[in-house]
Amino acid sequence: MTALTTHAPVLLIAIPLLGAFATPLIGKLGRGARNTLVGLVVLVVAGLAALLAVDVFTAGAPTIYEMGGGTFTFPLSGGQVPVRILFEVDSMSAFMGLITALIALTGAFFSFSYWKDRSGSNLYFSLFLLLTAGIFGMQMTGDMFNFFVFLEITSIAAASLVGFRVWLKQSQEAGFKVMAMYTLSGLFVLLAIGLLYGQYGHLNIAALASRLTGSLTDVIALGLLLTGLAMKAGAVPMHMWAPDAYGEAPAPTSAVLVANSQASLYGLFRVLFTLFGASVSTGAVGWILIVLALLTIFVGVTMALIQNDLKRLVAYGAVSQIGYMMLGVGVGLAVSATKPEFGLVAMQGGIFHMLNDAACVGLLFFASGAVIRASGTRDLNAMGGLAHGMKWTSVCFAIGAVALAGVPPFNGFASKFLIYEAAFKLSPFLAVIAVLSSILLLAVFVKAFQAAFLGPRTTAMAHVTDPSPGMMLPMVALVLVVVVFGLFPGFFVDHIVTPAAKALWLGRDAYINAVLGG
Amino acid sequence: MNIGNLPFIAAALLVAFGLYTFLFKRNLIKLVIGITLIEMGVNLFLVTLGYRTGGISPIYTYAPEAQQMVLPTPQALTLTSIVIGLATTALLLSFAVFVHRHYGTLDIRKVKELKG
Amino acid sequence: MNGLTSGFGAWNPIAWALLFVGILVVSFIVRSLGNKGYKRGTGQTKVFLSGNEEPDTPDALHVRGDHLYWGMIDGLSAYYRRVKAWHTGILSDYVAWFVGVLGLVFVILVLVR
Repeated sequence: MTALTTHAPVLLIAIPLLGAFATPLIGKLGRGARNTLVGLVVLVVAGLAALLAVDVFTAGAPTIYEMGGGTFTFPLSGGQVPVRILFEVDSMSAFMGLITALIALTGAFFSFSYWKDRSGSNLYFSLFLLLTAGIFGMQMTGDMFNFFVFLEITSIAAASLVGFRVWLKQSQEAGFKVMAMYTLSGLFVLLAIGLLYGQYGHLNIAALASRLTGSLTDVIALGLLLTGLAMKAGAVPMHMWAPDAYGEAPAPTSAVLVANSQASLYGLFRVLFTLFGASVSTGAVGWILIVLALLTIFVGVTMALIQNDLKRLVAYGAVSQIGYMMLGVGVGLAVSATKPEFGLVAMQGGIFHMLNDAACVGLLFFASGAVIRASGTRDLNAMGGLAHGMKWTSVCFAIGAVALAGVPPFNGFASKFLIYEAAFKLSPFLAVIAVLSSILLLAVFVKAFQAAFLGPRTTAMAHVTDPSPGMMLPMVALVLVVVVFGLFPGFFVDHIVTPAAKALWLGRDAYINAVLGG
Repeated sequence: MNIGNLPFIAAALLVAFGLYTFLFKRNLIKLVIGITLIEMGVNLFLVTLGYRTGGISPIYTYAPEAQQMVLPTPQALTLTSIVIGLATTALLLSFAVFVHRHYGTLDIRKVKELKG
Repeated sequence: MNGLTSGFGAWNPIAWALLFVGILVVSFIVRSLGNKGYKRGTGQTKVFLSGNEEPDTPDALHVRGDHLYWGMIDGLSAYYRRVKAWHTGILSDYVAWFVGVLGLVFVILVLVR
């Protein structure tokens, strides 16, 4: 058991990676064998992520994994520097791992039924596992170049997932745009890593963080990292690729793409807090993040209001929710020099919202996938009265929608409550925009729900029925997450969110000392 | 001969040309070339970081005594980056092929069904 | 344990849910006190559409996505015209915004250094 926990960080990446390349081979044996393989991989990965999280949360200190290890004991001593690739898992990484595991697990099981009678499913599952491996890699790594490699793995896998159905016209357009934007973001991140390496001769995050001086070159590297990662997370005004990607990808993948955006956001937070936390003016950077967040929240929501394509509407809603995470963490960063009480509350809200957003957006994308599959259209104006035939799907969609819009007592409200209160302490204007946009988001989902599910059974939609249990069960699992996290937020905030928030906000020295020694 | 900062200037120029291509050229294939230019600029930058004037290749066992070596890490980084670049370029080009098949044009300003 | 405190506010979902159920019960009691003397199948139970005749086919009766919020979108038309023109769907514009934000971030970061 201890060996398993020790090697968990690398197994989280190795197992899906191996699964990704084994899938097309096993797929030759038939769908059953392939589904068994993919199901086993995601189950094992979810178990490992949970095991790792329990280990890290109980230890309260970062875990180090050395690739090809055994040479050094960590923390190092006597001015030694890490030369090998390290994985460093602190509470924040473990928390992100839990989110990815949740989405990978539900997404894979939803996909089994979703792709049951469609072609190209071997390819799909291969790319799905590759994307999962890349996301885990971004979250676990303690090395800047390694981070770039995993960033590119997610880019390639994500863009391929958007566009691998080459017979669909618009998905090709979306695939090209998304790949171009992802590549651009990756190259600028690599340029920043090169700038840092040129100055300090290190690629390890902890070693770099302890040496950064805040010179002009450092600041330029920070600008490149901030903009590149914010773009890959889908922050307005660099968000235009996001609705294209989320909207055109197959429905279960859109949820994983949102998890991918969250992983970029995690990378951004890691860079801002751990790497540059002591060498630049965190107040100014925090306010840059807050301004981007407000734009993201408002533009995302108002654009969602005028969409008539169900997937694209949910996609713009997902874009706006990225803003809430950036707002919470941005408020925490802006005040991290003085560390008042509400800073930690803001961090808790922003980080808790990552988990809540993954569950709600996943639920919404799954439900809209079920709707699109049953009705054969994505156009809201062509739908109507679906609730007559799809009772359970409509309940799932409604719960996901009100939870994402921050209606009590669901989980979205719990995290948004923390964000509102903390943002109000910094500036009431921030809280006003955040609350107003939440109300608008509710209006967006009222529109979608009314147009698609309510009303009399229209003639074109008379034949629809609820999807098979294979698609219902993952949705019900996410509904349970939404309701349980909504009814008992205190428990989860105390046990998993607060350690993650503290690891970012206060844990910079712990992160560095775990590698370099005190 | 000492080449000074010339490689850095060349790397910056390559990145700038790539961005120019992206902003002002319309053809999808030219955009892919633009991405490749940026990538080559970044790769050149990485290799230059590890260059030491008069250094020899970093093979430890064959190195003469007291001879300076160029840094091996940036070369490893560049190699990785080139491999990744190959994959992204191939993927982008195949998307370009399918965009042309569906839209009948390679003009990026006409490939805009996903808007608003 | 199950509630949240932010240091200046508190949120307890269980208490909220109990209150919600209580209000639901009260509203049902109020509803049951209503007038039971209406006649089914007459004009008294018909949907009131501003005095217009009620359409009888389900397709005509359904309120579609387009029909919602047109007033609000019309009221905000100055905003929506600009923001729609901004989302051109052209890749060059996406990159232009990226480069623009990059430049702006550089300027801010160098100024505050």
